[in-house]
Amino acid sequence: MDGNPILFIVVVLPTLAGLIMMAVPSPRYKEYIRWIATAAALPVCVLSLILFIMYDYEKSGYQFDMRWHWLSNVAFLGENGITLHLAMDGIGAPLVLLTGIVLLAGTLISWKIDYRNKDFFIMYFLMVSGVFGVFVAQDLFFFFFFYEVAVIPMYPLIAIWGASTDFGTFTRTKEYGAMKLMLFLVAGSVLVFIAIFATFVEAGLGTFDLQALEQVTYSEDFQRVFFPMYMLGFGVLAGMWPFHTWSPDGHVAAPTAVSMVHAGVLMKLGAFGILRVGMTLMPEGAEFWAPALMVLGTTGALYGAFSAMAQRDFKYMIGYSSVSHMGYVLMGLATLNNVGINGAVLQMFAHGVMTALMFSMVGAIYDQAHLRDMRLFEGLFQKMPRFAAFFTIAGLSSLGLPGLAGFVAEFHIFVGTFRTYPLFGALGIAAAAVTAAYILRMLAMAFFGPFNTRWSDLKEMNTFEMVGGGMLVAAILVMGMWPDPFLDRIAPSVLNLPVIS
Amino acid sequence: MNPDWSLLAPEYILAGWAAMVISVDLFFGRVRKDYLAYLAALGALVAALVSLIYINDDKPFGALLQIDNYATFFRVFFCLIAFFTCLISARFVQERVIHAGEYYALILVTTIGGIYMAAAEELLTAYIGLELLSFSLYVLTSFLKFDLRSNEGGLKYMLLGAFSSAILLYGISLIYGVTGTTNFSEIAQALSGNNDDLRFPMLLGLVLIISGLGFKVAAVPFHMWTPDAYEGAPLPITAFISAISKSAGFALFLKLFAEGFMPVIDEWRWIVAGLAATTMVFGNLVAIQQRNIKRLLAYSSIGQVGFLMMGIAAISPDAASAMLLHLAGYVISNLAVFVAIIICYNQTGKENIDDFAGLAERAPFVAMCLGASLLSLAGMPLFAGFVTKFILFQAAANQDMLWLAGVAVLMSFVSLYYYLVVIKEMYLGQPEAPTRFPIVPLEYAALAVLTAGVFFVGLYPQPFFDATANATDLLFAGTSAASVSSGPPAP
Repeated sequence: MDGNPILFIVVVLPTLAGLIMMAVPSPRYKEYIRWIATAAALPVCVLSLILFIMYDYEKSGYQFDMRWHWLSNVAFLGENGITLHLAMDGIGAPLVLLTGIVLLAGTLISWKIDYRNKDFFIMYFLMVSGVFGVFVAQDLFFFFFFYEVAVIPMYPLIAIWGASTDFGTFTRTKEYGAMKLMLFLVAGSVLVFIAIFATFVEAGLGTFDLQALEQVTYSEDFQRVFFPMYMLGFGVLAGMWPFHTWSPDGHVAAPTAVSMVHAGVLMKLGAFGILRVGMTLMPEGAEFWAPALMVLGTTGALYGAFSAMAQRDFKYMIGYSSVSHMGYVLMGLATLNNVGINGAVLQMFAHGVMTALMFSMVGAIYDQAHLRDMRLFEGLFQKMPRFAAFFTIAGLSSLGLPGLAGFVAEFHIFVGTFRTYPLFGALGIAAAAVTAAYILRMLAMAFFGPFNTRWSDLKEMNTFEMVGGGMLVAAILVMGMWPDPFLDRIAPSVLNLPVIS
Repeated sequence: MNPDWSLLAPEYILAGWAAMVISVDLFFGRVRKDYLAYLAALGALVAALVSLIYINDDKPFGALLQIDNYATFFRVFFCLIAFFTCLISARFVQERVIHAGEYYALILVTTIGGIYMAAAEELLTAYIGLELLSFSLYVLTSFLKFDLRSNEGGLKYMLLGAFSSAILLYGISLIYGVTGTTNFSEIAQALSGNNDDLRFPMLLGLVLIISGLGFKVAAVPFHMWTPDAYEGAPLPITAFISAISKSAGFALFLKLFAEGFMPVIDEWRWIVAGLAATTMVFGNLVAIQQRNIKRLLAYSSIGQVGFLMMGIAAISPDAASAMLLHLAGYVISNLAVFVAIIICYNQTGKENIDDFAGLAERAPFVAMCLGASLLSLAGMPLFAGFVTKFILFQAAANQDMLWLAGVAVLMSFVSLYYYLVVIKEMYLGQPEAPTRFPIVPLEYAALAVLTAGVFFVGLYPQPFFDATANATDLLFAGTSAASVSSGPPAP
């Protein structure tokens, strides 16, 4: 192994914590498990922040490079056949930070999980290891390795600790949500798998190293055939319309912390995959298919927004709103210009913290009220002011209020879209208007107006929820008012993308 | 030429040990039956260790066998399979099987048959090895003599097996007629000449040989015996069949086609590719509907055969080593699955998928290992299945078989569903009794070792891949390099 091990530590530390937890006899020492989890999540979060700060944006490019020869000089694999090659660029930096923040917030919010909490945290940390791995992997094999590591634990996490919901006319069980999510995501990765095999053969380098594969110029026909495989395969995880239906069902069934990571970070893996693998390796393919991506992204944004409008269940509304916001990300990517892609990366971060905050707040109220129907709540602001304030901030960021994170991101995306596809830019803004409508209506319905005395037993959030939520609120505010640290890191890396230059 | 008899030491040990196990059972009838299991396991282990002496040897035994790295790889591999099978049979046989001595002796004899199949240099020796393996397995399958399913399975296995042997023999005779030899490398020489007037008998011979071997490895449409034999056989024997019969079949398949039929690769490649695609599609789709865990694994193993046949269709030095790697990964995972199932069966006596409900409460360690090895079979990362499948599929793609790799990935995705169903039962189902399983140290240790193997291959495959690459190095030495492209050159 050579190079800087810091990224390796970030990737492995959560799994290591899981292994340590395995040694704790679970039924008796639930409290220890919680402390170990927090003691592991805290340094990881701090490390991710340090990585974000230490990333030298004047130098730009890939930093904190490390390489461990894993499988080489055998059969068709050459010198650097498959290496655990980790490095972080300016696009990865905010996403690593996002993962760290959501990890810690999710851990704090999962403090109250009691049923087999050891297994829960082991799975949860394994998933987060996978997420970190994807954001920093520079080897196609390991990119995909971590991608699947991030996906598998979702099944037990949802199926065991999730919640089934009875909607009167129909029931959505947690097993259904978990299986649907799992099958959709793995089906998507089938396409990615095929495209990876084809890329390796076409490049003929005998290595899966992404930076080496990047140097190859693939024939235009090849790019046109295989770019859509990357686009659709990763797009499934990004909640791309029409392959988004796993996402709301999965969110609704999942326990709070899992919804947070899932909507906040995991869906970004899909968009990140399109950017890091698809667009980087196949710029001409991306150019050819950009209009299709734009159409799918805009449809997703509009469709998600209108569907969210029709929901009365908090989690379904947020789930569809995630689809809508991920539609913006795809729009940003499809612009293929500097501003748009900057916006897409910003939106990944902004939507990540915002949606994680929303899910954590819904979890906070669901655990007390055991209901998520927004029509049944009224005037919660009077009873739980801090809770309502957090929720409102998340909502306002979601609808793109200036001064909050969502605005910065969406503004970039719309500017980028107007430069390339003005019509779709207009449609995107229409979707934002619909977003404003459903968010404000939800706020009015559940949080304002006269207080419904049925809920007089509800208590304010506990300390852990407050700290976890507070971190996310802080992230939204910082990015909304001072986006420079983000843009400084993202912009030079975006400029280096072959699609731009 | 006087053959070098010392080359066969591991086989002498196995055969002698088999006789010894029977004698011990015969003359010391009051010896506890599980001691016989440990005795036989020890024999397999000794044979495996002795096999290591021949690493990097390349010596012929007459013109019949070749003791090279390929043979050594499979010797160690088969002996270890026998070792684990004996070990996990201990409690099962003690409780449910009479004639324990013969049971263990037959396992050791089967191993010899498997080794000869892998080491054979000519068709008739290979055939004899195959018959030795098959006959022992027919007997072992019907070993539960008061169980109708066991009898049915054994009979079916034997009838279809005899039929397939006949087909194989007919194919061998045709090839002999065309080439005038049964030696692999001489067949290759004879076939590389221009022999258009003998094309039809050669093709017929090829097709018959492929069908005969297809029966042995259970490729669709020659798989019919598999589910019944798997279901009927005593559980440890099901594990043994799934491991050794398949790997020995593939050992012979690969060697014969790499050394013998390489010059006419264009004639048979599409047949094997077609069989591979049908096999993986059929096996994986039918597995979805199974309710019995043994039948589920039977069909899933058929699916795996499809993946392995891809390695034959894409035959090349790279694909051969990748295929062996996947074979090793598959066998380790599959044995781990079976050990876990045997532990449960010994406890509950039930073998439906619903009977695994709540296993996570009753035996958390077994459930965890079973879950991990099932996910490994499905090809999920961290476990052996991901990396071995990835390498194998990539090797196929390198030989212009991207479409086949695509089908394989898709079917591997389908397989995830039915493995997840088992995992779902274990972790979400309600146990019928909340009692914990008692811990049987030896079975748990075997399970732990195999599961560790699943993780080891999954996380650090370099030593395994090096071993399989070494084993297959010499396979292609005889054939001209022109007919085989070895994938992209190293930078």
